[in-house]
Amino acid sequence: MSVTQPPLNSPQIRRLDPVLEPGHTYASVTDKIAAVVLTRPLGIGWLAGFTLCFSIVMVLFIAVTWLFAKGVGIWGINIPIGWGFAIVNFVWWIGIGHAGTLISAILFLLNQKWRTSINRFAEAMTLFAVACAGLFPLIHTGRPWMAYYMFPYPSTMGIWPQFRSPLIWDVFAVSTYGTVSLIFWFVGLLPDLATLRDRAKHRYQQVIYGILSMGWRNSARHWHNYQSVYLLLAGLATPLVLSVHTVVSFDFAVAIVPGWHTTIFPPYFVAGAIYSGFAMVLTIAIPLRKAYGLEDFITMRHLDNMAKVMLATGLIVAYGYFVEFFMAFYSGNKFDVFLAEQRLHGPYSHFYYALLICNIFTPQLLWFKKVRRSVPALFVMSLIINTGMWLERFVIVVISLTRDFVPGAWGRYSATFWDYATLLGTIGLFTMLLFLFVRGLPAIAISEMRELVAHEAHSKGDD
Amino acid sequence: MTEHRSPLHGVLGEFETPEQLVAAAKKAREAGYKRMDAYTPFPIEGLSEAIGFRRSFVPLITLLGGIAGGLGGFGLQYWCAAITYPINIGGRSLNSWPAFIPVTFELTVLGASICGVVGMFALNKLPQPYHPVFNVERFAHASTDRFYLCIEAHDPKFNLAEVSRLLQEAHARHVTEVKDEE
Repeated sequence: MSVTQPPLNSPQIRRLDPVLEPGHTYASVTDKIAAVVLTRPLGIGWLAGFTLCFSIVMVLFIAVTWLFAKGVGIWGINIPIGWGFAIVNFVWWIGIGHAGTLISAILFLLNQKWRTSINRFAEAMTLFAVACAGLFPLIHTGRPWMAYYMFPYPSTMGIWPQFRSPLIWDVFAVSTYGTVSLIFWFVGLLPDLATLRDRAKHRYQQVIYGILSMGWRNSARHWHNYQSVYLLLAGLATPLVLSVHTVVSFDFAVAIVPGWHTTIFPPYFVAGAIYSGFAMVLTIAIPLRKAYGLEDFITMRHLDNMAKVMLATGLIVAYGYFVEFFMAFYSGNKFDVFLAEQRLHGPYSHFYYALLICNIFTPQLLWFKKVRRSVPALFVMSLIINTGMWLERFVIVVISLTRDFVPGAWGRYSATFWDYATLLGTIGLFTMLLFLFVRGLPAIAISEMRELVAHEAHSKGDD
Repeated sequence: MTEHRSPLHGVLGEFETPEQLVAAAKKAREAGYKRMDAYTPFPIEGLSEAIGFRRSFVPLITLLGGIAGGLGGFGLQYWCAAITYPINIGGRSLNSWPAFIPVTFELTVLGASICGVVGMFALNKLPQPYHPVFNVERFAHASTDRFYLCIEAHDPKFNLAEVSRLLQEAHARHVTEVKDEE
């Protein structure tokens, strides 16, 4: 860190905020990142954090066991609110995952250098978020041991999935997304696993990373095919990530329920997904860089850029809310108008106002450079936005289902202890997996950082 | 492996910068060597051309995988919805193709991605736990900060002394013989 800071509005500030702090060499970036995995002893902080998360995962196990024993009646769902927390949480988690793919694929195609130090853990975040997301529809089916009915397989009953249903599209979209994210992540990890293998001191580390790296030897022939497939995967993952949340929004938009049946849903869901995903990347990046001293690699430039992406996608989301309202009144459809009024004045209006505060009003502070450059402010902001995006899904799912066409079909919904326990449990699972990830695998793509060092050495100043 | 397994795999030159390595690769190619490989801690622009690799087959494999996934995906849905399990809902068409697009798209991406990755592994002959270059102690630096060029012994022009001289002239820091035995 420099001793004298110029004023924040000075034109040099961008120069002073590199994507990689100067003075790093190939060896220093490799050492620093690999050391987190290979040599650093388990700190008390890691152990305490892991223990806490592990106990929360136990809450998840209890909640799910009780669910399997008693059935979905232990949740707050009822008729007409058949979806409840399970689908709210599903959409929330899958949305969080999207930022990882956006960073690793779209920013790669756009040649954004600042993606390099955040893509690896953002992709890990994607995988863990998709795992948490996938759990919810599965346990929501009530008989999860029959979930395989959703896949097309030649059964003795001679029945096949209904491919005209968005719920089946969802099965294919989410499982494809999970698979492609996993292989994209693994391909990216391959050279780094080889790096760890080469640097490992203990026999068990050499064996584990040796097996995982599959004999990668940094050969030019390897890199030749590797770069080709990496670029192609980025190109494939880009439309994929857009399609996944589009398909998730079809779960709602294809139904004729008031408040769901709108064409703004796909783009507004995708923007919301990226919005919450970037918030989650910040939530993870800020403690991670602090705990492992990675401030040289995850610089203020990264935080600033992510804040800007949040601001931009937040505005798209705000536009989505506006269009929902506008179209409700413009259409003149009395059910849509009624639903819009219910959001403002109905029994769940406090959720709607909280959502507006979290997702639209608070993020406007990100226009100010002072806020974008304050690490604690960004951390708080990221938590607020994640809460806001959860509330958004709650508003969409619950308000529409409680205020259907006929007053006789109206209802009320309130979550039970087990709903909250399951949500909390998946947060624990997600965090626990992240804890394991930072100790088991390089949280920053080492080979890409070396490439960045080479690049920075060649193009001093031009950016 | 029909070839005779020579105990000498090749000669490995260690370079400090990517530029030296690319220059050395060019030089070796100009001198007529064809069987060589480089080892670098990150992909280096221009190295594939300097060594003379042909275009990667990965894009073709990916394309074929995508086509197979897409056709298979649509075919699966058509077969399910129109042939083996037709459900007549108010006389609506059984081949309701617009409703089949999302799954067709997903399976196209899935097929392309899996084939691309499997193709990359196959072309790189991975997994391959043993390779002679791992016998060189300093080779671990190939994943940190050193750049290596290996001229392989099965090159028709290979001659130990000449190859070593060529690498040294190209400013290699260390020149090591790579043995194909433990």
